[in-house]
Amino acid sequence: MVDSNGLSIHDRPNSYIGRSVPRPNLSRLLKGRGSYADDVKLPRMVHVAFLRSPLAHADIVKIETDKASSASGVIAVYNGKDLAKVCSPWVGVVTHLEGMRSPPQNLLAVDRVRWQGEPVVAVVAQTRALAEDAIELIEVKYKELPLAVDMKTALDDDTEVIHKEYENNLCWERNVNAGDVDAAFAEADVIVEEEFQFGRHTGVTLESRSIVADYDPGEEMLTLYQSTQAPHMKQALFAKHLELDEHKIRIICRDVGGAFGLKAHAYGDEFATAAISKILGRPVKFVADRMESFLADIHARDHVVKGKIGVSKAGKILAIEIDDLTGIGPYSVYPRSSGMEVNQICNLTGGPYKFDNYRARGRVVFQNKPPMCQYRAVGHPIAITVTEGLVEMAASAIDMESIEMRKLNMVADDDYPNKTVSGIPLENLSHQASTDKLMEMVNYKEIRDEQKKLRKEGIYRGVGFAALIEVTNPGPAFYGVGGAPISAQDGCSVKLDAKGNLIVGTSITEQGQGAESVISQVVATAVGITPDKIKVISGDTENTPYGGGTWASRGTGIGGEAAAKAGKVIRDNVLDVAGILLQSEPNTLDIQNNQVVNKSDGAERMSVAEISRVVYYRGDTLPKDFQAEMMAVQHYFPKSYPFAFTNSVHCCHLEVDVNTGFIKLLKHWAVEDCGTVINPQNVDDQVRGGVVQGIGGALYEECIYNEQGQLLNGNLADYLVPMAVELPDIVVGHVESKTFESDLGAKGAGEAGTAGAPAAIMNALNDALMPFDVRLTRQPFTPQKVLEALGKL
Amino acid sequence: MKPSNFDYVKPKTLEETLTLLGDGGRDSVVLAGGQSLMPTLNMRLSAPDLLVDINGLDELSGVKLEGNQIRIGALTRHVEVENSSVIAENCPLIALAMPHIAHPAIRNRGTFGGSIALADPAAELPACICALGAKIEIVGPGGDRKIVAKDFFKDLYETDLKDGEIVTAVEIPVTSSKTKIAFDELSRRHGDYAMAGLAVNAIMEGKKIENISICFFAISATPVLAEGAAGILNNGILDDDSLGKAIQQLESDLDPLPDLYASRALKMHYAKELLKRNLESWMS
Repeated sequence: MVDSNGLSIHDRPNSYIGRSVPRPNLSRLLKGRGSYADDVKLPRMVHVAFLRSPLAHADIVKIETDKASSASGVIAVYNGKDLAKVCSPWVGVVTHLEGMRSPPQNLLAVDRVRWQGEPVVAVVAQTRALAEDAIELIEVKYKELPLAVDMKTALDDDTEVIHKEYENNLCWERNVNAGDVDAAFAEADVIVEEEFQFGRHTGVTLESRSIVADYDPGEEMLTLYQSTQAPHMKQALFAKHLELDEHKIRIICRDVGGAFGLKAHAYGDEFATAAISKILGRPVKFVADRMESFLADIHARDHVVKGKIGVSKAGKILAIEIDDLTGIGPYSVYPRSSGMEVNQICNLTGGPYKFDNYRARGRVVFQNKPPMCQYRAVGHPIAITVTEGLVEMAASAIDMESIEMRKLNMVADDDYPNKTVSGIPLENLSHQASTDKLMEMVNYKEIRDEQKKLRKEGIYRGVGFAALIEVTNPGPAFYGVGGAPISAQDGCSVKLDAKGNLIVGTSITEQGQGAESVISQVVATAVGITPDKIKVISGDTENTPYGGGTWASRGTGIGGEAAAKAGKVIRDNVLDVAGILLQSEPNTLDIQNNQVVNKSDGAERMSVAEISRVVYYRGDTLPKDFQAEMMAVQHYFPKSYPFAFTNSVHCCHLEVDVNTGFIKLLKHWAVEDCGTVINPQNVDDQVRGGVVQGIGGALYEECIYNEQGQLLNGNLADYLVPMAVELPDIVVGHVESKTFESDLGAKGAGEAGTAGAPAAIMNALNDALMPFDVRLTRQPFTPQKVLEALGKL
Repeated sequence: MKPSNFDYVKPKTLEETLTLLGDGGRDSVVLAGGQSLMPTLNMRLSAPDLLVDINGLDELSGVKLEGNQIRIGALTRHVEVENSSVIAENCPLIALAMPHIAHPAIRNRGTFGGSIALADPAAELPACICALGAKIEIVGPGGDRKIVAKDFFKDLYETDLKDGEIVTAVEIPVTSSKTKIAFDELSRRHGDYAMAGLAVNAIMEGKKIENISICFFAISATPVLAEGAAGILNNGILDDDSLGKAIQQLESDLDPLPDLYASRALKMHYAKELLKRNLESWMS
């Protein structure tokens, strides 16, 4: 929004845009005053714990709960059939993923269990410990069924079909066909093929999923204190399945200790907690413990992708073909579905490059493992690892520096707007500028010289790159068109109080990444008020505008723009009052550092606090035909593009001990372009945190299952997350290509780190092992796999 | 993750402790540093009905130099051993191992005796005391006794401790001027239990090995003394040839157990690699 003088929010006199303003909530959190769902303690509150299935596939023959019901402190015991009377089952299908299917899923298993960890019985007691004691008294008789555990055989004729209403275990298949792939491969000078694997892993939030449900039968009102990242979506879902009016449900989402996508889904145990509160008419708390988090939180990744690339001798990419297979557990997860990861992989593969021929097949299959769904950087690490692995191999096959091959094929920075090969519009990206910037940061020649020298000493270092596109700022095309009650727009309310402070309500949520600080900075800039006079409220469906929340790297780009718009309205409204009081034209005035000033010379005229005083206490001194409005609400969603794509390029430098198979990360660089950077420190930390989760997937994290579908490492001693000591310096650089859709020009920055790190690591690993002529493509790259590849075992 | 109900007693004397533990009618367990016990209780992997908290028994705590022995009380915290100048000067192998034991917060509470009595196959201290030829002091209803460390560790989490007995101290011979030691472990993240580990204690006269103990951990169910390999090296000059033979001998000395992240072959490979890199460093 450019004003009459041709100025936008970027020209504001006291701008906080692009400054590392400290987060407004830091002090509170550091002083131990954070307030999480588990900190909520209400009168008459009771606790629920769940008996979970020990088997991955079995009929429930009998559930014996008499002893548990009469145990000390137990208030009630419910099975799946009991709760199905109060809460209807759901179907995790979105209609825009054509042909997708998944059967109705109950909160707790009814008649049959389909994964180890599926909740079977809920026990409500005075304390969590008493509920756990009572669980031990429950006897469930199961009849074991044949299993479909391995996704690779899930579609075979002789594999058990998990849902009898279907003829096989296929949930969804997507096919993309652009150009003439066969003709292009026939023309290619070099064709390279490889199979890539990605381990199943999970989100491991510091704060586990938590909810306190408080149903008040007097008002027929359900208040839910929940650790989530999409409060309004949850409100809609709880209303629908508990048959309550939507306005009689309030979601309060206080501090959230990490979400990473896994708190954007519907979980049976959380809905059971709400259902039980409705039955009992009293508050009920459920906090997932670490052990059950491993069995009950969504898992992610778990793909096998066959990839193929055809290039000319000169290094031009002529065609790419992929065939992706993923196992998503027994149900597609509600309400976003478990098809999105495959959808993204089909959309994003080859993303940075200009080429005309592309074929993709993605298949999503049911299996007897926990449900798989969206986790940070949905699909990206897979699409990028496949693309960048193939590019690296093709470059090596034609003896070209891979970074040169990338540059040769990248869509040029001055060639936007553009489209991906499969037709997805791209607005404004900067692969070339970002790659140039990365190469300035990385001492590439030095690294190569050192590599040669050290190899002679038996030290094997490698360097690897990965370029990528990332989906951010999704509009209604993401979920809304598929029928899911997930808002693509966000809102911001700004209220001037009687002392010149601003109370800001935002529909985006804060889960530790600094969303509130971004909103505060944008409002401060838009209005002209200093951040110390701004209070941001988020995560409360009764006190914030309606909106989507924070996921898919959308908080800043969408919620931030709504905040800029609302701030602008308040500034104009304050200046209207100031114009009257000062006998000046409002458009000759501005607000700077809490003062109304002359636009021309910056001279202070009066304080905003004084205007508040007049408006609220001495309205009688204003003209009769004038009504001051000191609260404004504005909403925003991107309308011209379905998504704002960003781009990023990574480089990883590592060392492999070829005697132990240990990989030591030496340094990681990432240049990312998220458009306007609102808070550089927050963005850098988002990229760094993302890289760390990418490192987790590439080197450490994997949910290991046996043939019976039993998780073998469901605890933090055996499931390895990356720890600080093992992490390299992560150097972050920026190029800022704004989106022209909004005034702010901000795109998302939440996922580029996770998206690109695994590919860069894989390429660096294979570069290090080049002298041995081996290649690793199965993540995570464990010492066992490295030594097996080297033939040492 | 809430433990089942249990009774809790904190005795003031060793005698009282033994009486409590000797009550055959109760499933009792000793609580020392609690760094392994508390998680197993919370995860309901064990559900004793009585916790006997020995943290009040001051006489079980402390490091003392007694003649040519170091005596480490069972209740001595890891951090105290780590910072002890007596240990640093007289038992450098233990000093070398300490920083590898988990993380500082765990070393602040965890105890020397607790690590020995638990007998985790991947723990550092059981292997060190086996390599050092230490003796474990035990007190129980039948009186006091001492047992050589290598005879104490019987199987996975299984020791020679009888019902009602507790470990009170470990006696370690002090190092000599001819002592040569090595400690090494392979773990993917600092502070994790090792994928494979090695503790070596030797008496050397120049390049000649007079006596060597080579103890592996995180390889099998208990710490394993590689006696065949030691036999090859004993009373000989340490060189590429003797070391090569000793490494080869590990194929017979060790019977690795695979775990989640390491096959049998990987464990064997690591055992050889650890011996190779550590003893080669003695030659250079």
